[in-house]
Amino acid sequence: MLFQFESLTDFMYMSGHGPYVWGSYIVTAIALGALVVLPLLKQRQSFIRLKRQQRIEAGQSQSLIIK
Amino acid sequence: MGWQWFHRLGSPRWFYEKTSRWMFWLALVTVVLLIVGTVWGLAFAPMDSKQGNSYRIIFIHVPTAFLALAGYYVMAIAGAVGIIWQIKLSYMVMRSAATIGAVLTFIALLTGAVWGKPTWGTWWVWDARITSMLVLFFLYLGVIALQGAYQNGVTANKASAILALVGTVNIPIIYKSVDWWFTLHQPATLKFMGESSIDISMAYPLLVMISGFYCLYAWLMLHWTRAEIVESEQKTVWVRDLLKG
Repeated sequence: MLFQFESLTDFMYMSGHGPYVWGSYIVTAIALGALVVLPLLKQRQSFIRLKRQQRIEAGQSQSLIIK
Repeated sequence: MGWQWFHRLGSPRWFYEKTSRWMFWLALVTVVLLIVGTVWGLAFAPMDSKQGNSYRIIFIHVPTAFLALAGYYVMAIAGAVGIIWQIKLSYMVMRSAATIGAVLTFIALLTGAVWGKPTWGTWWVWDARITSMLVLFFLYLGVIALQGAYQNGVTANKASAILALVGTVNIPIIYKSVDWWFTLHQPATLKFMGESSIDISMAYPLLVMISGFYCLYAWLMLHWTRAEIVESEQKTVWVRDLLKG
């Protein structure tokens, strides 16, 4: 198995097909990256919502004590 | 009879806790396979004698197209299980499969178009394979849209599950399209039975990429389903403890 290109520039250029090949790989990476990140953001939102709710609950129980 | 495992499988909590241990290892295997396959395919596999370097797109085009089809069955079967046994978790799997499948189909269509330009001289043709793939993309989008179209979650799940089931007709059509209508898209180069028409030096990196994408699909399905579980079960004690800890 050998590196198929003469140089790094040659590797980027891919005898004229570079933009097609590299473009495909970059768009694929972005799309798949989005699939990895989206559920993490969703989970973070659930976490923030829960925190806020807990603060509200804590506040309510405090005001009960003052009364 | 031993049906307990089946009902336990339907418990979101059991599913979440069970899969927690797999996530890291599955991610590790996926990343290794995808990096090895990409480097091998882009830099070390020989150039194609007819298509030149543009053929290197095959290493993402074929695996994503494979999974776009296989993922449709995952979605349809999950929907059927949901309808028959009224299992909530099954619908969560179906919803995850719809989004992931839509993105994979989009990648397959896009890389196909980009590959088509230098090889066929055009971005798009209304060839049987390409058109049926576009129908698949719309079916995935349809399931996602139906899910959002109903206020009531139960109705939404049932409606999208039925659409998913009806759409399975399209899968054998896509699969066979290159043999039934011999137009522009090349026939399958990898075959389960019989001799493949692809050279070994290109087949190996392709197989590495296909296995990598299968692992990625499995990981993404777990990842999305787990996020669905956390969202829909957030009022339960165990999820509250989970988010706190």
